[in-house]
Amino acid sequence: MQPANLFPLLVVLVGIAFALGYARSRAIASPLGGIRHLKSLPFYYAARAALWCGLPALIIFAFWLGFEDKVIQTLVVASLPEDLRPESAGRASLVLSQISNVASGALNPKYAPEGIVEAAKLLTTLREESKFMMTILVVCVAVLGAFIAWLRIAPHINAREKVESMLRKIFFMCAALAILTTMGIVFSVIFETVRFFQKISFIEFFFGTNWSPQTAIRADQVGAEGAFGMIPLFVGTLLISGIAMLVAVPVGLMSAIYLSEYASKRMRGIVKPLLEMLAGVPTVVYGFFAALTVAPFIADAAHAIGLDASTESALAAGLVMGIMIIPFVSSLSDDVINAVPQTMRDGSLALGATQAETMTKVIFPAALPGIMGGILLAVSRAIGETMIVVMAAGLAANLTANPLDAVTTVTVQIVTLLTGDQEFDSAKTLSAFALGMMLFVVTLVLNIVALHVVRKYREQYE
Amino acid sequence: MSNSHEQAELVRKSLKRRYRKERRFRLYGILAIALAISALVILFADIIGKGYSGFIKTTMTLEVRLDPDTMEIEDPSDPESLRRGNYGKPIVEALKRAVPSAGEGDEKSLGRLINPYASNTLREAVIDRPEILGSPQKMTFLASDDTSVYVKHADDPNYSIKLSDEQQRWVDELVEAGVIEGAFNDVFFSHGDSREPTSAGVLGAMVGSLLTMAVTLVLSFPIGVAAAIYLEEFAPQNRLTDFIEVNINNLAAVPSIIFGLLGLAVFINLFGLPRSVPLVGGLVLTLMTLPTIIISSRAAIKSVPPSIREAAEGIGASKMQVVLHHVLPLAMPGMLTGSIIGMAQALGETAPLLLIGMVAFIVDVPDGFTDAATVLPVQIFLWAGSPELAFIERASAAIMVLLTFLIGMNALAIWMRRRLERRW
Repeated sequence: MQPANLFPLLVVLVGIAFALGYARSRAIASPLGGIRHLKSLPFYYAARAALWCGLPALIIFAFWLGFEDKVIQTLVVASLPEDLRPESAGRASLVLSQISNVASGALNPKYAPEGIVEAAKLLTTLREESKFMMTILVVCVAVLGAFIAWLRIAPHINAREKVESMLRKIFFMCAALAILTTMGIVFSVIFETVRFFQKISFIEFFFGTNWSPQTAIRADQVGAEGAFGMIPLFVGTLLISGIAMLVAVPVGLMSAIYLSEYASKRMRGIVKPLLEMLAGVPTVVYGFFAALTVAPFIADAAHAIGLDASTESALAAGLVMGIMIIPFVSSLSDDVINAVPQTMRDGSLALGATQAETMTKVIFPAALPGIMGGILLAVSRAIGETMIVVMAAGLAANLTANPLDAVTTVTVQIVTLLTGDQEFDSAKTLSAFALGMMLFVVTLVLNIVALHVVRKYREQYE
Repeated sequence: MSNSHEQAELVRKSLKRRYRKERRFRLYGILAIALAISALVILFADIIGKGYSGFIKTTMTLEVRLDPDTMEIEDPSDPESLRRGNYGKPIVEALKRAVPSAGEGDEKSLGRLINPYASNTLREAVIDRPEILGSPQKMTFLASDDTSVYVKHADDPNYSIKLSDEQQRWVDELVEAGVIEGAFNDVFFSHGDSREPTSAGVLGAMVGSLLTMAVTLVLSFPIGVAAAIYLEEFAPQNRLTDFIEVNINNLAAVPSIIFGLLGLAVFINLFGLPRSVPLVGGLVLTLMTLPTIIISSRAAIKSVPPSIREAAEGIGASKMQVVLHHVLPLAMPGMLTGSIIGMAQALGETAPLLLIGMVAFIVDVPDGFTDAATVLPVQIFLWAGSPELAFIERASAAIMVLLTFLIGMNALAIWMRRRLERRW
């Protein structure tokens, strides 16, 4: 049975289990003189039966779907005759796609080697068997689970407590998914990163000043030796983030100050949602704007005053990214400024200070640590931002501090290395994961520090 | 005496300076706000300016004479013969009649004015209703990209006009005669992607987005709410809970592209799920939006006053009953609001989807969770990077569609917050 049909079937089974559980608990209760002689309400007996029916089956179902293809592929590859067996992961995926093309009928078996046709037949039978076995297993487990729970319906059993403790465990698993995600991220990048560093030395990666990941396909190819020095990417990322912060920090901070100290309630009510709209615009839209409007404008303007500018410039990407980050800076600063107690303002104003003086000399220093935390979070965002730089910053790894030049960033390189045709196991593909690791570590450190600072100083005044 | 006088003078002078400073400070604030808002206005104006023409298609209404002989159809009753007929010829001839100034031998350059798929349109019409053969028919076809660009953007220096002077004259004539007209671009909303800008649409991407969002919503909302309930109501104060909490806060700030790496390594390479499908996209976006939903759901649970809990506990409800029967329904509006905002974020997300292969060129509209698909923001990214200028108009139009959805979702969230939020 197709997985798409199995799921509704499972839902029906769960429904039946619930109904049967409900009926049985009532049937047991009636000779005793009504459901008040049961330890729990019939609903809980029924819910327990439904949970026993659905949960184990669902877990098996998910695991089967998750690993089915992988297992079948391994079996099929292992069945290939010696001469067709692929020697590398890259070859393996080619052979596999050939096999599945034959199996699906997209490739005429006449044009494929004998072994491949055999393997395609095996693939088809294995797939069918797997579907059949999965259906049987899932249905059996569901029925068995429901049956056990149904048998266990008895007046002295407190089904409510059992259902509740099961629910609590499910809730815990959901919360623990956050840990699982983090672990998933760390492991998925660590494995590939380790493999990358087996091919390329640490020193070249961290201190090399040349980035050109084009590796040679043939050994005698000219000019295609990969160079994996990440310094130019790092500098490019910092340059663009720096420009972005030069835009976002003053604008965001001054808007927050004005809105929290000067603006009328009405103006605040209009301006704040407008600023927040800037945060809701998808990054691909900013990228579009940067690449097609801002970058040509900057290039033209630079030419007009006699400067040389490339059409993809760090300045364009940075400016637009700065606009994107304004609302983060402004809303975080707004929070922090509002958390400064009113008594401090009153005290300063009572001494005759103007509002500007109160702001710069009293409130701003008090709010500074929190604002710094907010800015760090914004920096982390700028470093991790992808679409704007992919669309507007360029691909050339220039080691330059000139904002009118094209630079490339860590995120741009990850995207370009991992989209389109990928070579398996080459240093080129693996380097994307090494860059991802770098990005994760840098933003993680920034986030931890920033969250810590923000939390600590916000609480101080409450 | 004179001393205090001097002091007063000093204060008066400094007061002026201080008030000036005050005004300057205020001005900076207004400038900052004006700058931010004007950036927003410029952004929107730029996109609308570039994209409104994407909602207009350029059509040609021609009278085609469907003569089986000139179309090389031997037997009009045989579908195979119908299929093989020459459908380009009657269209070009109809064009020639419409442009009297074109001479013999101009067929080729005339044919460039009309969409290359026009003959397919005609073929389908004839196969549908063979009885129209032999009689003249008034039919509407799409104009070619070059014609469309010339009609829409003749005065725009950004667009290069690819038509020759002669062709431009013909087009002007046709516009004059009312043969070439603009109409609402239904193709844009009823077709998938195409190499040909005039026949490219967003339907495929919209359906892809919808399927992806469905997976995301079905997974992230229940899991997020369950996690929030656990953390807020049941979690003991221990190291593990602290660790979960730190993790959630960090995940909320992890760059989105990292989730793409996770999806590539785990869902595609480890589990062997197919590339570029809504299922994998939805799973990746689920992991990405979970922290947002958990954080907002926790805030919603926190805002339910303790008196509700105490009252329920007082009449003997168990902790789980208190939560499920009393706290959860009251916190639900807040949770839904947070989830809508999280879904809006996910709908606009592009970077992680690039890594799991959703950049593939896909023409067909997907009809399942495991069909190859693309999503709206990725479609925008692909069109924006296309060298053909006509695609930029399409990309801007697609951005308008995307922004309409996003603004709608956010408006819904704001409306729900206003409407359903209770003050205790």
